[in-house]
Amino acid sequence: MSAMKAKHQRLVLILLALVALVGAGLLAAYALRNQASYFYLPEQIRDNPPAVGQAIRLGGMVETGSLKTQPDGVTINFVVTGRDRSRVPVRFAGIAPDLFVEGSGVVAEGRLGPEGTFVADNLLAKHDENYMPRELEGMSEDQARTMAEDTTVGLK
Amino acid sequence: MHGFANPKRFLALASWLTPLFLGGGLVLTTGALAWGLFMVPPDRLMGETVRILFLHVPTAWLGMGGWSAIAISSLVFLVWRHPLAAIAARAAALPGLVFTIICLATGSIWGRPTWGTWWVWDGRLTSMLVLAFLYLAYIALAQAAEREGVSPRIPAIFGLLGAINIPIINRSVVWWNSLHQPPSITMGKSAIDAAFLIPLMAAVLGFSLIFGGVVLARMRALLADIQAEARLRRRAMEAA
Repeated sequence: MSAMKAKHQRLVLILLALVALVGAGLLAAYALRNQASYFYLPEQIRDNPPAVGQAIRLGGMVETGSLKTQPDGVTINFVVTGRDRSRVPVRFAGIAPDLFVEGSGVVAEGRLGPEGTFVADNLLAKHDENYMPRELEGMSEDQARTMAEDTTVGLK
Repeated sequence: MHGFANPKRFLALASWLTPLFLGGGLVLTTGALAWGLFMVPPDRLMGETVRILFLHVPTAWLGMGGWSAIAISSLVFLVWRHPLAAIAARAAALPGLVFTIICLATGSIWGRPTWGTWWVWDGRLTSMLVLAFLYLAYIALAQAAEREGVSPRIPAIFGLLGAINIPIINRSVVWWNSLHQPPSITMGKSAIDAAFLIPLMAAVLGFSLIFGGVVLARMRALLADIQAEARLRRRAMEAA
């Protein structure tokens, strides 16, 4: 066997091994698509409700106009929305992160209460992929909606 | 391409490319970081904390770029048996590890004020931590191969296998719900305003030059080590 041929044989073998490896990786990633996700979306909770009291994470957008502070000053109520109008009401008592605002992403850690309200022990703010100076903040409603939709690309 | 596999020709080229990359990279990186720290406006939501972007993103890309360099060099070494390719892979491992650690540290520091947590086990953060461990394993394996006389093909095969983690890191925020945001910069599209994007690209270029300069310098040092060892061995043979 000539040296040239051995070289090509090695190249073909390694490329075949790499194709198999990438295939295995993709299959594993596909199989893990539910287990490897960091949180459930509101529609997943609606379609497959978790057991009451089971510790889970809920992620989605904080519905604009839904955020209300209770008279005790530390308890807040808001609604997390997902795709196709799914909504989960959330109650949280404690200090929310600075970036937690209406119309932005949130991940709540806690459990579903018997009356359907999600009781959160901890809130994490989910930042979107947009970076812009404050001067550009006055966006139109349309732009804001597009942005909110873009932001949930990662939530699919 | 084959011409540069000759160590002599490589050393002649590297001797003037190394200071050029390191010097140019240091000037560009210093300028880009100063721009990012003092001249860029605060972000609409994150405020002043956005400035860590100029350290976090270039180091993240180069952490992944370092392993891509290891994988490509390993492939060249396994198929064409160029010894210089094995040296290039070994030289890229340490700067790759350092950049990955800087990326993890800056991400953690950034996560506290923005997300409200130092660390979460979501797809992106976990796969990036796995990359740091892969680097540690690769460095240990390459050193063992050097010292114990194990075939250099073993770290090369590991370098190729570990490359599977790179697309996983890249796609982790798209495949799985994660706390980390989806990519801002995709094919020909950017969700980053030009006020941030231009200094960011300058920082990416500057850090890349530093990375290239460090790899070249380490390759020269590794080649010098091999030469010195060969010379010692020859002298010992003559004395015997």
